[in-house]
Amino acid sequence: MADALRQRPAAIEAVPVRHVGRWVAAVVVLAIAAEIVYTLATAPNLKWSVVGHYLSHRLILQGIVTTLQLTVLAMVIGIVLGVVLAVMRLSPNPVVSWVSWIYIWFFRGTPVLVQIFLWFNLALVLPFIGVGIPFTMIHWQASTNTLIAPFMAATLGLGFNEAAYMAEIVGAGIISVEHGQTEAAQALGMTRLLLMRRIVLPQAMRVIIPPTGNETISMLKTSSLAFVASVPELFTRSQQIASATFEVIELAIVASIWYLAMTSILTVGQYYLERYFGRGSQRGLPLTPIQRFRRMLFTFHAPPPAPAELPVSLPRGH
Amino acid sequence: MVKAEAVHKSFGRLEVLRGIDLEVSPGEVMCMIGPSGSGKSTFLRCINHLEKIDCGRLSVDGELVGYRERADKLYELPDPEVCKKRSEIGMVFQRFNLFPHMTALENVIEAPMRVKKESRAVAVERARKLLERVGLSDKVTVYPNQLSGGQQQRVAIARALAMQPKLMLFDEPTSALDPELVGDVLDVMRGLAEDGMTMVVVTHEMGFAREVGDSLVFMDGGVIVETGKPRDVLANPQQERTRSFLSKVL
Repeated sequence: MADALRQRPAAIEAVPVRHVGRWVAAVVVLAIAAEIVYTLATAPNLKWSVVGHYLSHRLILQGIVTTLQLTVLAMVIGIVLGVVLAVMRLSPNPVVSWVSWIYIWFFRGTPVLVQIFLWFNLALVLPFIGVGIPFTMIHWQASTNTLIAPFMAATLGLGFNEAAYMAEIVGAGIISVEHGQTEAAQALGMTRLLLMRRIVLPQAMRVIIPPTGNETISMLKTSSLAFVASVPELFTRSQQIASATFEVIELAIVASIWYLAMTSILTVGQYYLERYFGRGSQRGLPLTPIQRFRRMLFTFHAPPPAPAELPVSLPRGH
Repeated sequence: MVKAEAVHKSFGRLEVLRGIDLEVSPGEVMCMIGPSGSGKSTFLRCINHLEKIDCGRLSVDGELVGYRERADKLYELPDPEVCKKRSEIGMVFQRFNLFPHMTALENVIEAPMRVKKESRAVAVERARKLLERVGLSDKVTVYPNQLSGGQQQRVAIARALAMQPKLMLFDEPTSALDPELVGDVLDVMRGLAEDGMTMVVVTHEMGFAREVGDSLVFMDGGVIVETGKPRDVLANPQQERTRSFLSKVL
């Protein structure tokens, strides 16, 4: 072995292949990009100073806070309820399983815009909402309008709708976990719910996290539908300003810039979450983009990275 | 410890077990051999009720598996009781089935803490002893995929032992291992047998069966073809079917 190493021949030094296609593509793309930038920058009726002014306007910033609150709350409802629905769906109890099926059928089968609208206008048919125990005096009720204010209507509409989609995602994640895991847990005496919580769901996370990240990013944008319930979120705010100043496109651009900034941050967050839940599925964690960039700076001419740095979301290979 | 009378089991139309009668005494090591599809693994899985039997009686430690009998009537056991009984029987799988998101130690303490409600300190102390016993005291904080197959299987044995079972079931524990790793796992099992653990071992390791087994069962086509002392059955099989099987594997 030592001899073989000593006699190793010199590394191959060859003239690399010239990638003409890459240069052609780069030139074409740059030309088109330059044209777009030029057109936008010089468009006579597009006032970029207005965009710049409203980008940090107080109302817009307040709208962002509301959008974030709406997104977080709706996703929390969606994830928690989605997990419950997914576990219910796979329950051996037929009643429980069917309840879940019907929920998903209804909330996935109607548009979320209509659902928000329904919650918002619930007071038209049910002026009061109450809970009580039948045949007793224990009863509590409140006016629907105070209970389901616009923000609440939008949160419920978005969250309940999201739960139906999350149930499907979580369900797929649960099914993806090898059956041997369930058997091993059962053989140790774990009950169904315990083994779900401790063994199956944590492993399902690897499959659940990437689409949940997508759902969160999607929710951030879908929350603009709260517009119909007059919730003062980012898009509503921008349109309120626009209706007063008639700078419709400028304010749409302001909203777009903020949505884009927020989804970009979420994308980075999703990357690190996936990395965290991928632990134990491969030998050693993959490098983060920053680590990879650093390594590239220091070892510019080094051979391509080892296969241990495959992205986490690839299916397990063993 | 285990008693089977006329145990039958079908998957759809396929009859996998066609009347199994056998008895395992406390402290006995019973090895089961036979061609694949002969029903060995299925029978093993019936013992801790991972599979439901269709007819016959199967009992562990004098109590029926999965049922309660009262006044000649069988009552299905509710889930919590099935789980409780399973927790008293350790099982080791061909594919290890370690929990990949937990370290070796976490794998071993999981069931004692969550099922038996032991304190972490107690569970960890026993887990460390068990991991030392299976020769892995240096792998306590390592995740399963950083272990070799043989090491994973030994963690799996430690995990099963952590529940302090009265009976251990082994479902082809060395079949998925590289040949050179088989010895370590068999050594651990041999040690268990010497300590008097009752074991039912489905295996293809004839050497192990001969040296460690107290009894040997040869199964084929869902029935027990031949049973006896391992030495006798292996050296001098009485049935033609046993003879032809052994001539191929020995």
